[in-house]
Formats: sequence, C-alpha cells, structure tokens
Amino acid sequence: MTDPPENLIRRANQIARFFATQPEGAAGAAQHLRAFWDPSMRAAITAWRAAGGGGLEPVAAAAVDLLDEAAPQRSATS
Amino acid sequence: MSAAVLEIDYGTPAASGEPVTLTIDGRAVTVPAGTSLIRAAKAIGTTVPKLCATDTLEAFGSCRLCLVEIEGRAGTPAACTTPVAAGMVVRTQTPLLQRLRRNVMELYISDHPLDCLTCAADGECELQDMAGAVGLREVRYGTEIETHLALPCDESNPYFAFDPAKCIVCSRCVRACDEIQGTFAITIQDRGFASKVAASQDEPFMGSECVSCGACVQACPTAALTETAVIEIGLPERSEVTTCGYCGVGCAFKAEMRGETLVRMTPWKDGKANHGHSCVKGRFAWGYATHRDRVLEPMIRGSIEEPWRKVPWDEAIAYAASEFKRIEAKYGAHALGGITSSRCTNEETYLVQKMIRARFGVNNVDTCARVCHSPTGYGLKTTLGTSAGTQDFDSVDHSDVIVVIGANPTDAHPVFASRMKRRLRAGAKLIVIDPRRIDLVRTPHIEAAHHLALKPGTNVAVLTAMAHVIVTEGLADEAFVKARCDLEDYRAWADFAARPEHAPEAVAVATGVNPTELRAAARLYATGGNAAIYYGLGVTEHSQGTTAVMAIANLAMATGNIGRPGVGVNPLRGQNNVQGSCDMGSFPHELTGYRHISDPALRASFEAEWGVPLDAEPGLRIPNMLDAATEGRFKALYIQGEDILQSDPNTHHVAAALAAMECVVVHDLFLNETARYAHVFLPGSTFLEKNGTFTNAERRIQPVRKVMSPMNGYEDWEVTQLLSTALGYPMTYAHPSEIMDEIARLTPTFSGVSYELLDRVGSVQWPCNEAAPEGTPVMHMERFVRGLGKFVITEYVPTDEKIGPRYPLLLTTGRILSQYNVGAQTRRTENEIWHEEDLLEIHPHDAEERGVRDGDWVRLASRTGETTLRAQVTDRVAPGVVYTTFHHPTTQANVVTTEFTDWATDCPEYKVTAVQVSPSNGPSAWQREYENLSRRTRRVAETEPGE
Repeated sequence: MTDPPENLIRRANQIARFFATQPEGAAGAAQHLRAFWDPSMRAAITAWRAAGGGGLEPVAAAAVDLLDEAAPQRSATS
Repeated sequence: MSAAVLEIDYGTPAASGEPVTLTIDGRAVTVPAGTSLIRAAKAIGTTVPKLCATDTLEAFGSCRLCLVEIEGRAGTPAACTTPVAAGMVVRTQTPLLQRLRRNVMELYISDHPLDCLTCAADGECELQDMAGAVGLREVRYGTEIETHLALPCDESNPYFAFDPAKCIVCSRCVRACDEIQGTFAITIQDRGFASKVAASQDEPFMGSECVSCGACVQACPTAALTETAVIEIGLPERSEVTTCGYCGVGCAFKAEMRGETLVRMTPWKDGKANHGHSCVKGRFAWGYATHRDRVLEPMIRGSIEEPWRKVPWDEAIAYAASEFKRIEAKYGAHALGGITSSRCTNEETYLVQKMIRARFGVNNVDTCARVCHSPTGYGLKTTLGTSAGTQDFDSVDHSDVIVVIGANPTDAHPVFASRMKRRLRAGAKLIVIDPRRIDLVRTPHIEAAHHLALKPGTNVAVLTAMAHVIVTEGLADEAFVKARCDLEDYRAWADFAARPEHAPEAVAVATGVNPTELRAAARLYATGGNAAIYYGLGVTEHSQGTTAVMAIANLAMATGNIGRPGVGVNPLRGQNNVQGSCDMGSFPHELTGYRHISDPALRASFEAEWGVPLDAEPGLRIPNMLDAATEGRFKALYIQGEDILQSDPNTHHVAAALAAMECVVVHDLFLNETARYAHVFLPGSTFLEKNGTFTNAERRIQPVRKVMSPMNGYEDWEVTQLLSTALGYPMTYAHPSEIMDEIARLTPTFSGVSYELLDRVGSVQWPCNEAAPEGTPVMHMERFVRGLGKFVITEYVPTDEKIGPRYPLLLTTGRILSQYNVGAQTRRTENEIWHEEDLLEIHPHDAEERGVRDGDWVRLASRTGETTLRAQVTDRVAPGVVYTTFHHPTTQANVVTTEFTDWATDCPEYKVTAVQVSPSNGPSAWQREYENLSRRTRRVAETEPGE
C-alpha cells in the first residue's frame, strides 16, 4: 500500500464532521467532495479507501464510498 | 485626461426635511427644512463668504464672515447656523454686511503672514479667496501689534506640516478630527488671544494620538495644515477620480497630478463608500508607486540558483510561454495553474482565470481570497443564496445595535470604522466579540456594551450559545422566519440551538466567555432594534470559518435582522478587490457570478463566448496546488499580484512547493518573497497606471482610472493578454471596458454594468441588471436570493490545533493601521515609521512567567517552525493568548502558522496556532538562513541580454 494521503484524510474527516450533523449526512459530504475537490484528489482518496486504507472516520468513509459509485473521469496523475 | 475635477462646497451638510420656500436676494428658493441659509443661497448660485463653514462638518458659527440680514429679525445672524424658514426674506450683500465682513477679515489678516507668493497654498487658500471676496484693501493695525507669526512650524509628521502662524483657529481641523474621524486628537488650547490648535496635550503631531487620516488637512482653509508633498512639489494642475488600492472599503480619491507626478490623493466627497474621508494609507502612503525597489524590466532565469537576467518584454513572454508549453507537453495541462489577485482589477482577474480555463482546459485557478474570505462565499451562498455582504456602508447610519466579531475596523477598515464610530457616538450600542481588547471596545466617547473576549477558535460555540439564548428565551422573530425562511430547517435549527449543551453556561469553559455577559449580548442583539453584524478574518480564518459565517447568518435570519437598512450580515473584506476577484470566477469550482463549473448550460455560454470547450470538474485550490507540487504533480504557476510565500501559512511548506515547480511566473511590482523561487518575473503596474474597476466590500463596482503611464510599459491586463496570445490563445482587447462588456454578457448579476454607466453614476452595487438598472444597495429585501433563507446546524467542533505542555499559548494574528497585508506597499512608504517591525503582544502574566520584559527579543515557536521578534507586554490580550502581525518578511509570522484549514474552503486557520514563547538573543537560525537565501536569489546579472 502507498503512503496514506494524510492531508486528504484529514480534510475528508473535517468535512464529514460537519455533514454528520446535517440532514444530508454522508451524501452531503460526498456532494461536497464532488463539487469542490479536484478529480485527482477524489481519485486518490477513493483509491486509498479501495485499498483498505484507514484513517477515515465513518461518515467520511461512507462519503468516499458514495464517490466510488460515480468514479471521476481523470486519474490522479493525468 | 481631464483638468482638475472641481468640488462644490455648499457650506453645511444637506438636510432632508419637507420643502420650504424663502427668498434670498430677491430670488425664491425651495430647499428641505433644516437647510442652512448658506446652503440655500448656494442652491441659487450665491456664495456667502465663509471660513469656518464647510459642508462636510456641522455648522459652527465662529468666523463671523457669513453674516446675513433677515427681514423682521434684529442683528446679522450667521448664515451657516441659521436654518431656513418659510417666507423668510434674506439679504446676503448689503453695505452693513460688507463693512462687517471687511472688519472681520482685516482682523484675520492682521495676524497672518503676508507671504502669499511663496506660500504652498497660494491659489487654493480660502483666506486669500475671502480677502478678495469681501474687498479687503488695507490692514490698519500696523506691525507693532502682538501676533502668532513667530510660532514654530510642526514638521514632525512625514505627510503634513502644521504651521500655527498660518492658522486662523476656525476649528475646522478640530471638528474634522472629532466628527469625521472620531479620534479627538486635536483641540483648541487656551482661550482668547492665546487660543491655538494643539494635538493631544500640546504635543507634536507625530507624538500625539493623531492617526494621520488627513481629515484635518482636508478641512483646513489656509496653509496651516498642508501636505508635505504640496510644499515640496507645488499645487497639482489636473486630477482624476479613482479608487484606492488598499483595503476593501474602496475609498474614492482625486488623484491630483502635476505632469506625470502624483502630488496628492484627496478623498472624493462624492465617493459613495467614503463620503470624502480617508485613512493614512490611502491618503498618504502611495510613495511605493515610484519606489526605487520597483522592478520595471522583465527578467528570466533557468533556475533559482542563477542570477536574474533582464530581457525585453517579448523575450520574457516567449520564454514563459515556451516553459508552460514544455511542461504541458511533459506532464499534462493539469500540472499548470494560476493565481489571481485581490489587488488587481476585476478585468485583470477575469483575464487570468479565462486564460487558465480556456487555454489549458483546466480549472486550476484560485485567488488570494482563498486565504481570507472564501468561507464567506460558501457560508453566505448556502444560507442566503449569494456570496456577498447584504448592505451598503450607509446602512450603518440606521443601526441601533452593532456587533463586531473577529474584525478590527479602526486598524483594518479605518474609514468605515470612523463611520461606525459616528453612529455609536449617536447612541447605537456596541457588542465586540474578539479575543483582544481592540480599540473599539473603549475609545473616545464610545464604550462597548459587551466585550466577549472569547478564546481563539471558539466563535461557533459563542454564536451558537447566542442562538440558544434567542431561541429559549423566545426572542426570535417568528413572523419573519415564517414569511422568509425554510420552516423545516428553522425548526431543526431551533431544536438544535435549544439543547442544554449549547447554553452559555455549558460552553463557558470552552469559550472563556462569562455566560451572563453572553446572555445580555444575545438579548441586546435580538431586541435592541436594527442590529447589524460586521465581521472579518477573525471569523473566517478558522477550521470552522464557514460554520461561523453560517452561524452569523442564522442569527440575522432568526431575529429578522436582514433585508432592510440598518441590519444585515457584513463581511469586511481585507484587500481592495477581494469581492471582485471572487465575483470574477477566480475560484476553481465556479465561473463569474458564483456559478458552478459543472452546470452544462453555464459552460455552454462561456464556451460559445470563448470558443473552446471547458472542463466540467473543479480544479485545484492554492493549498491543493502546493500539496500537488510537493508530490511532484504540479509544475508551473502564474501568480499575479500575490506573495504566497509571505502571506500563506506554513512558510516552509510553501517554499518546498515553489522549489519543486519547474516554472514559477511572478507578475508583481516588486521582487517579493515568492519571487525568490520564480523563474520569470513580469513587472506589474500600480493602480495609478491602469484602467479598470475594483469592487469593494459592499459590492460597489468603482472605476480605477489611469493617471500616469505604466512605468513598466504595460497595464497588467495587457501583460496577461500578451502571455495568453503567446501561449496560442489570442486575446485582442483594446481597452478594459471591452473586458467588462464581456463579463456583463456572461454574468446575470453584472449584465447592466458598463464603463458608460460608471462614468455616469460614479459607482454601482451589483446585482446591476434589468431588474436593478442602477444597482442594489441592500440585498434580500423581498426574498432571499436562494428563495427561502436556509438555517444550518452549526455544531461546534474544536480545532485539531491544541495547546499542550510544549506549546501552551494560542497565537492569533492580525493587522495594524499603518501597514497593509504583507507590507509590500506600505513598507516602501513613510508609514514604516509607525510600525518598523512585527511585535508579539503578550499578557503581563505570561511575560513574567517567562522572564520576558517589554522590548525583549523572544523566540516564538510552534510545531511547524519558529521565528524571533520583540515582545510587547500588554493586557490587550488575555492570559494564554499572544498576538502578532504579518507585515514584515524578516519576521515571517507564517513560519509558525499551521496547515490546518477551514473544513469547507481550505481557508487557513491563521487565527489559532499553539505556540511557546521564550527569551531569545536575536534572529533565529532560520531567519539568518532566509536572509542568505534572499541575497542569493535576488542577484541580477550585470551583462546585457544576449551576451
């Protein structure tokens, strides 16, 4: 497994802590990631999650899982 | 270029009563009740001689020159202090009045130096004008009388001189300092013949409480108070109205010129943001525009280890374009990006984001608003529907309660602060929420009703506790909420706010705020009449910055304090064009007018105008670009007018990211700190050298007018245009007005904006379109932009930045009056004498524990870095909190700030850093190393280009 994308994990958890208190929950966090994160960042966090990487709090993990359903079009290195 | 722009002085301020008709010199005139006779006379073109009266100040009636006769009334009352009355018959010129005025003038002139030919004010001296107007032909008092002519001139202030020999003690300067500026630094000392103007306790101006705003100089009718530049250069011969290049207040100024030389900047009375007032920066601190440090020739180098090589413009542009193309070919377009500047015009920022999006097909464009007010954009768009403050500045005149949270207006927005202080002196109540005892808490004739000195990082807890009081004590305006807001959201929010864990008593330990005080403040806000909230970076620059903005909007909606004059949510923007740079589509996820890039119809409209397909995905923000650079994925950056190395957090990280890039293009006035890591330097132009527009904190779009030729050869928009064309995406604008026309075509909130409109009306607040052809002073009047107002639950989440045994103090950062942002401009002016270095404010208790005395060098360390600076021991900060500014690169306060950011926008958490302070004996190793780097990376090769 590659090094954890610590900045992304921290940011995803921060976003999730906000949306955990909102009616939208993880779906709101996922929408936030789609709206404001560059595809390379979304790809990196999705890849980390898919590889079984830890560090994501439950709502953040659920949000990333929702991202996975609508995978971004660009790769992390494009 | 026009000749001098003329201003008419009506003698006293305008009144607003019912129409009243009277007769002056045989002519009927109708004016509002409350109008003075002097102003009514001016309305029919009659100028009554005057000295102590001016329309920016309340009537005073001391000079006895504006005497008139009124039928049926005894005596000769002063026209400035006598209001009009229906049927009044007034004569302004009679033999009696002529004789009286001559006698008065004779007395003035008997104690005035008769050096008109060599006087700096010759030609614009009101005393000289009045001597002519009253027909004074001789002075009969001789030379043996006692006079004030031998009094010494006070030249202590770098920007103006006070010559008491030329003072007529009319009190205009005293009243300007009191009424307009609100500092009360000047007085008339003694009585009778001994009367004289004195600063503070008869001190030199420089040592007094004077803040050098220039209001006294502006008000002086003689040469007693004169700008040093006028004394040295002479009077200007032409002028142009333009907009200040400093803070987000956006003061209008007359740039007064002699040839290509700027003689002075005088605040424009018709400026709708400043109404003729100014601060020390806008009024006087423009010397940087011609400072010797300005780099006027383009430079390039292969690596930062090489010296710079001066090259012609075409070579520099071609080199930058070839490097960008090389990097694009090697790494892909996503390895490139650009940063727009809140110091540049709307048109310039628009072009930068257009070039990045259209030429490279990526959205890696961001702006320096990322590190200041991006949470305002997100928070207000979510709750109210658009990313802007709700009011105009004039709104404060209708406020009964003013809340200032996380802002220090007297230092950072001084002209608006004066306006606010005027309202507070008239009786409005003040609530300050700030860790520091800012000047507004207690200043002449003003004392805050409540100062909630919260611990840094706890804004959301305090604001939610205020909501708790409002909800649980039944203080919400439910009728407003039912009519204007989403009720389901409101009920969820009200249930949330009412929970016991949000009570002031429950959060007191976390926030450090006395719960009784907090409850009283909440009650005052909810029930004190029109209540307005003004906030600054102390709200946004936190890990919960966006949540705090939404909490502010919640409070305004819950109490019905939005949608009319006197209330609202008012972000005080830091730099002159923060609002505009955001409006112009500088953020990576949205195009102009805050519309998301993912909208296919929106993209289609831009694609049709720009002739290229656009990427539907958001691009990288500044912190993302820097992270990607250190990971080797981001290689080239065009930076217009921003110094990210000094202004962005965690300097070491920024430096590492810049060092990892293969081509950094810095487009700026000076070789700034970021330029140490640059490969191409493109000289920038000042706001005096270009045409365009700035948009201030009240959404006011104002003209920036070129008053001198660009010393570097090009306006900044022309440089971007050259670069874009060289990159293969031609731009052919002939004038910035064409760029604004394009913006208007593409942006519904700007569709009515044009240079023709701005020339006609002076300025306009967006939205400006078919529905609001002359703009929108107050937003959300009938409905919110988003339809129904949205309440958002604002759970307090403490920052991850924690104090502990190693770093037991909390550092917060801010600004000082005389300096601006990273200091690139103000450090190159005489303003430097007020603030030569950044100081660390530390409470006496914390200082004593560490053996630190006032003025000692101290080491300021956090987990990201350390620096040294001098300590200032003061109880302005609470125990456990330290404070500094970030104006000086030798201190580099951002060496210690962290990478923590706002959850929604990545705005850095500048306001909370856990630190330790310890005695030191001088600059740190890092500072010495940085000094060496600075010297090494600023070398310029002496050989000619091509040799």
